[in-house]
Amino acid sequence: MATTPSFFETPAPAGLTGIKAWLLTHDHKRLGLMYLWAVLFWFALALVIGLLLRLELMTMGRTIMSAGVYNSAFTLHGVIMIFLFVIPGIPAIFGNFFLPIQLGTDDVFFPRLNLLSWYLYILGGLLAIVSLFTAGGFPDTGWTFYVPFSIGTKHNVPMTVFAAFILGMSSMLTGLNFITTVHRKRSPNMGWMQIPLFTWSLYATAWVQVLATPVISITLLLVIAERLLNIGLFDPGRGGDPILYQHLFWMYSHPAVYVMILPGMGVVSEIIPTFSRKAIFGYKAIVFSSMGIAIAGSLVWAHHMYTSGMSDTAIFVFSLLTFLVAIPTAVKVFSWVSTLYKASIEMSPPLLYALIFIYLFSVGGLTGLVLGAAGPDIHVHDTHFVVAHFHFTMFGGTGFAFFAALHFWWPKMFGIMYNFRRAYIAATLTTVGFLFHYVPMFILGMMGMPRRSYDYLPQFAQGNALATVGGILLFTGIALMLVNLLLSFRSRIAAPANPWGGCTLEWTVPSPPPLHNFLRQPDIQDYPYDFTEILRKS
Amino acid sequence: MAGGHDQTGSRIGMWLFLYTEIILFGGLFVLYAAYFHEYPRAFAENGRELNRVIGAANTVLLLISSFTVAASLTALRQRAQRLCMGLLAVSLGCGALFLVNKYFEWGHKFAVGLYPNSPAMAGAPAGKNIFFGLYYVITGLHGLHVLIGMSLLALSLVLVHRQRITADRVTILENSGLYWHLVDLIWIFVFPLFYLIL
Repeated sequence: MATTPSFFETPAPAGLTGIKAWLLTHDHKRLGLMYLWAVLFWFALALVIGLLLRLELMTMGRTIMSAGVYNSAFTLHGVIMIFLFVIPGIPAIFGNFFLPIQLGTDDVFFPRLNLLSWYLYILGGLLAIVSLFTAGGFPDTGWTFYVPFSIGTKHNVPMTVFAAFILGMSSMLTGLNFITTVHRKRSPNMGWMQIPLFTWSLYATAWVQVLATPVISITLLLVIAERLLNIGLFDPGRGGDPILYQHLFWMYSHPAVYVMILPGMGVVSEIIPTFSRKAIFGYKAIVFSSMGIAIAGSLVWAHHMYTSGMSDTAIFVFSLLTFLVAIPTAVKVFSWVSTLYKASIEMSPPLLYALIFIYLFSVGGLTGLVLGAAGPDIHVHDTHFVVAHFHFTMFGGTGFAFFAALHFWWPKMFGIMYNFRRAYIAATLTTVGFLFHYVPMFILGMMGMPRRSYDYLPQFAQGNALATVGGILLFTGIALMLVNLLLSFRSRIAAPANPWGGCTLEWTVPSPPPLHNFLRQPDIQDYPYDFTEILRKS
Repeated sequence: MAGGHDQTGSRIGMWLFLYTEIILFGGLFVLYAAYFHEYPRAFAENGRELNRVIGAANTVLLLISSFTVAASLTALRQRAQRLCMGLLAVSLGCGALFLVNKYFEWGHKFAVGLYPNSPAMAGAPAGKNIFFGLYYVITGLHGLHVLIGMSLLALSLVLVHRQRITADRVTILENSGLYWHLVDLIWIFVFPLFYLIL
C-alpha cells in the first residue's frame, strides 16, 4: 500500500504543476484541503474579532473600542462566522474530501462545478474584505441585515450583502453537487441503507441548501435593490412591510442553522461507533431523524419573530412546530449515548471532542426550547440568553464537531498523526473556557442584559468580567489546538491507513488516499457499522 | 458540466438548479401574495395601466420560442443539424423581440412617470407604489433571465454549428432548453399576476 502515490503527488487534471495543480484542480480531495485553509483563515480572523468584542465588554463604558466600531465588529464577527465558517465548514472541507470516498467512488459528479464553488467562496470572502474599507465601512446592522436600518445606515451594506449572496450561491452549488453525487456516483453495490451516516447527514443538508438558499438570495437582492433604487418595498411610509423582510430572511436563515448543525451530527455519528467498537444504536432512526430535522426545521422560521406583532395563532403554530424539531434531535442524542452503553470505549482526542459536543449541544438544544416557547421567549428575547443559546448550539455544537472532525480525519487527509497529550489539554482548556464564557451569559440574559449592546448597567459587571476571563481561556485552548495540529507537519509521524479502527470506506484506503481513492472496486459491507472484521483483526 | 457520460446525472443537476430558480422567484411571489392581500383594490386598478396587448404578444412569443427550442432538440436527435440551428435562431429571435417589446413597454411607463419615486407618483397611494415596485423588480429579474437564457441558446447554437453538440451528446442543448422553458414558465405566472387582475 505504501507504494501507491497519494493525491498530493498526482495532479488532476494530469500535467498541471506547482500552484496550478491546486488552483485548477478537479480533485475533490485537493478542493477539500483548499477549503480547509480558507475556512481556517476566516475562523481565526472571526475568533480574534470575537475576543476583541469580549474584551470590550470586560468593563463598563469604553474599554478598547468605540461604540461605532463595536457595532461593525459584532456584525463582522457574525457574518464571517455564519457565512464563511459555520455554513461551509464541515460540508465544504470534510464533505468534499470524504463524501465520494464514503460512497466508494472517485470524485463528485460535477468536479468543475466544485472548483467554481470554491472560487465563489473566495470571491465572497474578498468582497467582504473590500467592503470593510469602502463606502462607509463594514455594516453595523448585525448579520441579519434587518430593514429599515439596513436600508438607512450609511455603512457599506450593498457590497456585504452581495458577498453573502455569492457565498449562498457557492453553498447551493455544493449542495446540488452532493445530491447528484449521492444519487448517481454511489458505488453500484451500495444501497440507501448502507450509506455511512456522515454522508447521509450531508445529503439531508444538501437538500436544505438547495431548498432554502434561493430565498436568502432573493431577499439579499431586494436589500440591494432598495439601497440602490429606493423602491420602498419594505418601507412602511410607502406601503411596504418590514415584517415581510423578517419572514423572508428567516425562511432561509432558520433552515440554515440545520445546514450548520446536521453535518456536525453526522461527524459525531461516525466517531461514536468507531471508538465504541460497536454498531451504532438505531442507524435507521438517525437517518430518518436527519431527514426529519431537515423537513421540520424548514417550517419553524417565525419563532425568531414572537415579539414582532405576529398573530397569536401564528405564534402558537410556530411554537408547536419548534417543539417538534426537538424530537428527531433527541433521537440522535439518545442513539449516541446508547451506542456508548456497554461498549468497549477507547479514548482519543476525536472522541473527547465528540463527547463534549453531546454535552454542550444538549444544553444548547434544551435552552432552545426555552426560546421556542412563546411565553418565556418574551422575557429573554434579544438578551444575552439568546447569544448564549446560539453559541452553545453553533459553537459548542457545530464548532466542536468541526474540531472533532479535524482530529478524526487529520491522519487520513495528511497521512500524519498529531500529539495526543496536547490535544487533550487543548480540548479541556477550550471546554472550561467555553463554559465560563457562555454560562454567565445565560444568567445575564435572564437578568435582562440586552444583546448587541456596547455598554451595560453595574449589576451586569460581574457576569461580564467572568465571561471575558472564560473567553480568554477559550481562545487560548483553540490556539493550542490549532498549533498542535500544525506542529504535526514538523514531526511528521506517519499515520497508518486505519489508525482508529474505523470501518467506513475511507479507512480502507491509504493515508493520504491515492488520486482515484480506490485501487479497485471497493467491497461494500452489508451494514456500514459492522465491526466484527475490525475486532477479529485486533 | 459534463459528468462523464451519465446524462441522467447531468439532468438531475439541472433540475435541481431549475428548482432553485423557482424558489428565487418564489420569494418574490410571496411578496406579491402578501401585498395583493393588503392592497387588492390598488393592484386591480393599476393592473389596468399595463398594456395587455403587448403582454399577450410577449406571452405568445415565449410560447413559440419554447416550442422551437423543443423542436430543435428533436431535429438534432434526427440528425437534422441545419434545421436544429434554424429553430434555435427562431427562438433567439423571439427572445430578442420579447426584450424589444419590454423596452417599449418600460419606456412608455417611464415617459408617463409610472415608476417608484417619480414626480408623478409623489403622494400616490401606498398600494400604487408597491404595485409598480413589484412590477419592475419581477419583470426586471425575469428580463435578466431572458438574457441569460438567450446566451445559453446562442452558446448551444454555436456548439451545434461546431458539431460539439451532436445527436449523441445533447446534454448542453437539452439543459439550455430546460432553462428556456423555465423562463417561459415563470412568465406564464407573471403575465396574469400583473396584466390580468380583475
